[in-house]
Amino acid sequence: MRPSDLALITHAHADHARRGATRYIAARDSVPILRQRLGEDQHIDAVDYGEPIPLGDTTVSFHSAGHVLGSAQIRVARDGEVWVASGDFKRDDDPTCAPFEVVPCDVFITEATFALPVYRWPSASEVAREILDWWQANQRAGRPSVLFCYAFGKAQRVLAELAPLTQQAVYVHGAVQTITELYRAAGVSMLETLPVDGRERRDYAGELVIAPPGAAGSRWMRRFKGAQTGFCSGWMRVRGNRRRRGYDRGFVLSDHADWPSLLATIEDTGASRVLTTHGHSDTLVRLLRERGVDAAELDIGPLEGDEDVADAAVH
Amino acid sequence: MQRFTELYRTLDQTTSTNAKVAAMVEYFEAAPGADQAWAVYFLSGRRLRRLVGASLLRQWLAESSELPEWLVEQTYASVGDLAETIALLLADRVVPDPFASRGLADFVEGDLLTLRGLEHDHARRERVTGWWQTLPYDACHLVNKLMTGALRVGVSQTLVATALAQVSGLPRPVILHRLMGEWTPDAAFAAALLAEDDGAAVLSRPYPYCLASPIERRPGELSIDEVAEQLGDVADWQAEWKWDGIRGQLIRRQSQTFLWSRGEELITGQFPEIAKAAEALPDGTVLDGEVLAWQDGAPMPFSALQRRIGRKKPGAKTLADYPVILRCYDLLEVGGVDVREQPLALRRAQLESLAATFPDRLHLSEVLEATRWSALAEQRQDSRERAVEGLMLKHRESHYGTGRKRGLWWKWKIEPHTVDAVMLYAQPGHGRRANLYTDYTFAVWDGELLVPIAKAYSGLDNQEIDELDRWIRRNTRERFGPVRSVEPVQVFELAFEAIARSTRHKSGIAVRFPRIRRWRKELAPAEADTLASLEALLP
Repeated sequence: MRPSDLALITHAHADHARRGATRYIAARDSVPILRQRLGEDQHIDAVDYGEPIPLGDTTVSFHSAGHVLGSAQIRVARDGEVWVASGDFKRDDDPTCAPFEVVPCDVFITEATFALPVYRWPSASEVAREILDWWQANQRAGRPSVLFCYAFGKAQRVLAELAPLTQQAVYVHGAVQTITELYRAAGVSMLETLPVDGRERRDYAGELVIAPPGAAGSRWMRRFKGAQTGFCSGWMRVRGNRRRRGYDRGFVLSDHADWPSLLATIEDTGASRVLTTHGHSDTLVRLLRERGVDAAELDIGPLEGDEDVADAAVH
Repeated sequence: MQRFTELYRTLDQTTSTNAKVAAMVEYFEAAPGADQAWAVYFLSGRRLRRLVGASLLRQWLAESSELPEWLVEQTYASVGDLAETIALLLADRVVPDPFASRGLADFVEGDLLTLRGLEHDHARRERVTGWWQTLPYDACHLVNKLMTGALRVGVSQTLVATALAQVSGLPRPVILHRLMGEWTPDAAFAAALLAEDDGAAVLSRPYPYCLASPIERRPGELSIDEVAEQLGDVADWQAEWKWDGIRGQLIRRQSQTFLWSRGEELITGQFPEIAKAAEALPDGTVLDGEVLAWQDGAPMPFSALQRRIGRKKPGAKTLADYPVILRCYDLLEVGGVDVREQPLALRRAQLESLAATFPDRLHLSEVLEATRWSALAEQRQDSRERAVEGLMLKHRESHYGTGRKRGLWWKWKIEPHTVDAVMLYAQPGHGRRANLYTDYTFAVWDGELLVPIAKAYSGLDNQEIDELDRWIRRNTRERFGPVRSVEPVQVFELAFEAIARSTRHKSGIAVRFPRIRRWRKELAPAEADTLASLEALLP
């Protein structure tokens, strides 16, 4: 993507927020994370959800997307015509961010990362219970539990979902700790986190450790002797995705819309035209067309989201 | 079914071998005999003969899910496993398992195998879709697995035998031997399997094959000095040609003959000339060797043997056009006595004296004489000319091992042919390669055109597979169902064992065992090889 003078940021994941713009506009809650990722010296204007911003002959506003802290859909209106770009979004409950807001529009640009009917999410609290059961079973066996989660968003959601279930502190990788502190500063309540200290020699038997997927197989992992490994992702819905990476357990937890949510959301917006990006774009387009919806794939060049490929690097 | 469903879940949720063995031990200790037998059957990779065709299941799935057929196909292509696709689409629920209290054997024999006896598809449909509508996710997934194919839950026959050895207190090789060949999964089998003395052995039962390890280093091959250093004195080793046929075990007991393939299939009927020849063998004889298509004192190309493999009852013309022999290289049973523990030198001496009376379809595999490694290496250079894959090296003192025991048998294969080819198509894999583009089609230049010459699935590491998967997604030209054509710019070095003319392929050639050697990112597509350069390799 080419750098531009002005960038409207849906959320601070690396594939949606890049360096190089002269000025950024972003939802208020995402600004601290954006600064941490893009640099403190960037010109970033914070806006509230729903606040109208005149830009040229259009009016722009940001609306909650429910994806991660500070994530937004962007609404652009001109001469009575309304376009909404969803960015990444989900409809499921998430204690770490504001819920998705349905924004009526004429044209809806939707993500399609998980646009296949097998992708349906169980409730996050159920998944948190599974994670806790797994952790406790490993504890009884005297093993560490290493849970791989994207450092920004997923890790904090897990820490927040576990909070009502246990009081135990969780060890986290440095990349996770940085973002978790920003979440805490924003008032999100999560389990206590402890850094995995490189110099300290300690035994992690029975502990839960949260690390980004990129840490799997690295030298950093050697300190967790006999660890059981798990991965939190929507892709874990399919067994082959887990088995090929050799994780012991897969936990189905995604910050993206599942199949029923995608279809429901498209209907909820009332859009007469739908453009799709990411993942199974083509599948969604074909189904919508069969149902009489004007739909097309939006070619925005090579993009990789946090879950575009099952084993995306650390974001 | 609850116990077996739980075993499946436990096996699926750990990558630790010890944990898997422990889970199986726990199951076998608690389960009744008939359930034990069926569990061994499925866990060791055996599958039920087809109960319902996959296309019919897909049709029922489309009807039950109320999704368009194309979407079911696309979803299945992405998930890479039909049993799982069905469970994901139809049984996404947590409910009590109505089959929880039933035994595995009771369900398999009572509900699954009897599907075959149902006269009409609609009766089959009713029963199967009934499971899909009522079972909880785990049970639905497992029942579909049992119905559609192998279990594939990360345990091998050897691992199952390890657990059974623990349960019974018997040595693992004894268990592995008792698991060979054909058996009926029932309580009597389970009892005999775990008993100190299993009574009268099954007449047709083959021995577990002794397998060789490759002498090689990635990439490239070892020098003669390195081979000498690794293996020691050449006089300790028996060298033979490594044939490119079908490994077979020929059994002659109580005037009956059984020919088994390496995959434990009975192939006696497919090769009547070998079965006929076996009548000349004394009772209580078991030979290990290679089935080869053979004419005028030399092996025919593997494609000739392929003509024979598919024919359950070959006709007179096939028999005449593609005659086969068994090239015998080991003797496992003499006069009804298992001689696998004897040293190879002793077995070989007995094999040679037996071979003196061999009829013409049984051949003795010759031993290559050499007093220095360099002399063997020189003979190995003739491999391609002789249509063999290289040399086999077997320690003269070695017993006939069970499975792949490093150090007993080595295969010293010749370097494969290689070709630089351009990737044209990609398709997602199955199982653990689901939703990942791992099956590729490669082409070489024929003038201005790229003609496909091979499909290859293996040879890249995980990191390269991921990188290529991303590249494929971004550089797709067209989609044909699950297959994508890609920009023809990526060049790969392929290795293959042999090349032959073929009327079935557009290129007019067929290569044997193609696999990826290297991703040659430094080569432009124009630098890939030509069809003419491949044709020059034809024998």
